[in-house]
Amino acid sequence: MRVSPAKLMRALTAALLLAALAGCAAPTPWVKPYEREHFADPIMSFNRDPVSSAYLQHVFESREGARGATGSVGGGCGCN
Amino acid sequence: MQLTREARSAHTRGAAGLSPFTRTLLTLCLIAAPALGGVLPEDRADVLWHSYHGGDITIQGPSVLVRKKVADNLSLSANYYEDMISSASIDVKLSASPYHEKREQWSGGADYLHGKSTYSAGFITSKEPDYKANTSYFAVSQDMFGDLTTLTLGYRRGWDQVFRDIKTPQGVLENDPTFHQRVDHRGYSLSLTQILTRNAILGFNYELLTDQGYLANPYRKIRYLSPGQGAGFTLADQVYPNTRTSNAASAQLKYYLPYRAALTGQYRFFRDTWGIVGHTVELDYTHPAGKHWIFEGSLRYYTQKHADFYSDLFPRANYQNFMARDRELAAFHSYTLGAGASYQFMVPGVHWISKSSANVRVDHLMVDYSDFRNALLAGTYGAGNEPLYKLNANIFQVFVSIWF
Amino acid sequence: MKNRIAAIAATLAIAVPALAGSASGPAPQFTLTARGGRDVSLAQYHGQVVMINFWASWCGPCRQEMPLLESIYRKYNKLGFTLLGVNVEPDSQAADDWLKATPVSFPILYDKESKVSKLYDVAGMPSTVIIDRRGKLRLLHRGYKPGDENEYLDSIRSLIRE
Repeated sequence: MRVSPAKLMRALTAALLLAALAGCAAPTPWVKPYEREHFADPIMSFNRDPVSSAYLQHVFESREGARGATGSVGGGCGCN
Repeated sequence: MQLTREARSAHTRGAAGLSPFTRTLLTLCLIAAPALGGVLPEDRADVLWHSYHGGDITIQGPSVLVRKKVADNLSLSANYYEDMISSASIDVKLSASPYHEKREQWSGGADYLHGKSTYSAGFITSKEPDYKANTSYFAVSQDMFGDLTTLTLGYRRGWDQVFRDIKTPQGVLENDPTFHQRVDHRGYSLSLTQILTRNAILGFNYELLTDQGYLANPYRKIRYLSPGQGAGFTLADQVYPNTRTSNAASAQLKYYLPYRAALTGQYRFFRDTWGIVGHTVELDYTHPAGKHWIFEGSLRYYTQKHADFYSDLFPRANYQNFMARDRELAAFHSYTLGAGASYQFMVPGVHWISKSSANVRVDHLMVDYSDFRNALLAGTYGAGNEPLYKLNANIFQVFVSIWF
Repeated sequence: MKNRIAAIAATLAIAVPALAGSASGPAPQFTLTARGGRDVSLAQYHGQVVMINFWASWCGPCRQEMPLLESIYRKYNKLGFTLLGVNVEPDSQAADDWLKATPVSFPILYDKESKVSKLYDVAGMPSTVIIDRRGKLRLLHRGYKPGDENEYLDSIRSLIRE
């Protein structure tokens, strides 16, 4: 499956614009901000120790052919 | 026969390291990943010592990270990472001689928060005797749908310079003046995190990476069958394509257990234009105990199908246009078992430190190759009949983190 | 490529939803248990300017805001102003522990079943509402960033004079 980077960027741009506009007319959040205490807990973070996880990913990628899609963004605590 | 004395780990295909670009990408996990849509990452400093030992390679070194908010909306971070490599790996033993080298990497990044968007940018530069890499990146992260969803788009560019070390008649290592190659990298990424319920959060990542330029390893060799000569095979230069495009997509699900613990399941699919297909599955369990301890256990399974132009032993010289024998491109299965312990404490008398932790982590990596053989045993078993190679490695990390 | 990145960035910058706005209409009435055990209702404070701050001990900006709320309370309490800190956690242990370390003098109410959070349609943590002397909603502010307290002070000063 070959995806031309230019085509991909166009698709991602379109997706993001759509999402950004949709964000203005948001569906009601089914998990209220005051119900998100667990996500503020460090054990629920996708990347609790960045130095350590970056190093382990480094070790795996040096032994393997696969790379990418390992970063993850946290869900936040509903604050601000 | 080439006169090169040392097989390098500096590259993806290397015995002990990976392409500095790829390593750079991993640093991005360290710096770019914390970019949240609506909240800046916490101020912290981490000092880590890492050690890898396996397959007759030892790599150790420090990694230091500092992250600080300098204004209401701006967080800066910097990292120094070092690998001190001592390698007498199976690849090195076959076509070169054991070596030591040091790789240094510096990176810096900035995250700027504006409303529900975070803009991140940064650079990474690394240096080793025969490879220089520079990468810059930019990412935008946006909270939406009542902050249940965070969408991140990222773009990165890398520029590498590849050299080759040779030994002078005086026995000094220096760059071969006739060898100077370049590699150009581009990466596009999309990440999404979605709060599903009060206790569950889903993460999704997609990444497209493309490389162009000299993607081979100037020291590694392929081998082809040559009955009656030497051990029954002859070494020859590898030939790589000069482009590579890869797609990777992964999903992570994190679940909060009612007695306060976290369970994570992850899967990643990888495919590239070299014919490599990889599946990664990982399970992690985090268990706090008492006020101070957090324990962690993980199990990771990885399986890979070999690159189209990979073979452990080609039938004859110049068998096809592209040929490689790098085991990173071979077919194999690997398991990694990991465990970690973290002790959280307050530093008495130092008020600007809000919390700190001392951490230890060990991982045991076991790789079973399906089509990479131990060519050093060709004399005993005959070329092509040597036992399949197995790798066992121990990975150790100890680090201290402080938050302020 | 660079143009696309700029376009995306510009779009996102524009698509930021408002963090603060004026609310309107009568403030919903409620009664909650306060720290100390007694019941407190909004009706008790009719005639005063009331600021309600919805907070949780697990929320960073909430904790950051608390000392500032304390100083606002101390300054304006004698001029017909009161501050109610509504804690939204189902289990108040963590909140109580935090308040031991960082005490405040304004009333803390426990909204363990999220009744009042739902009544006031709390859509961000922290959330602050200011109610005038006649019981009408006048200000709604979501989130907290350093500097937001100036908005509260402006609103309180003008409402106290009414």
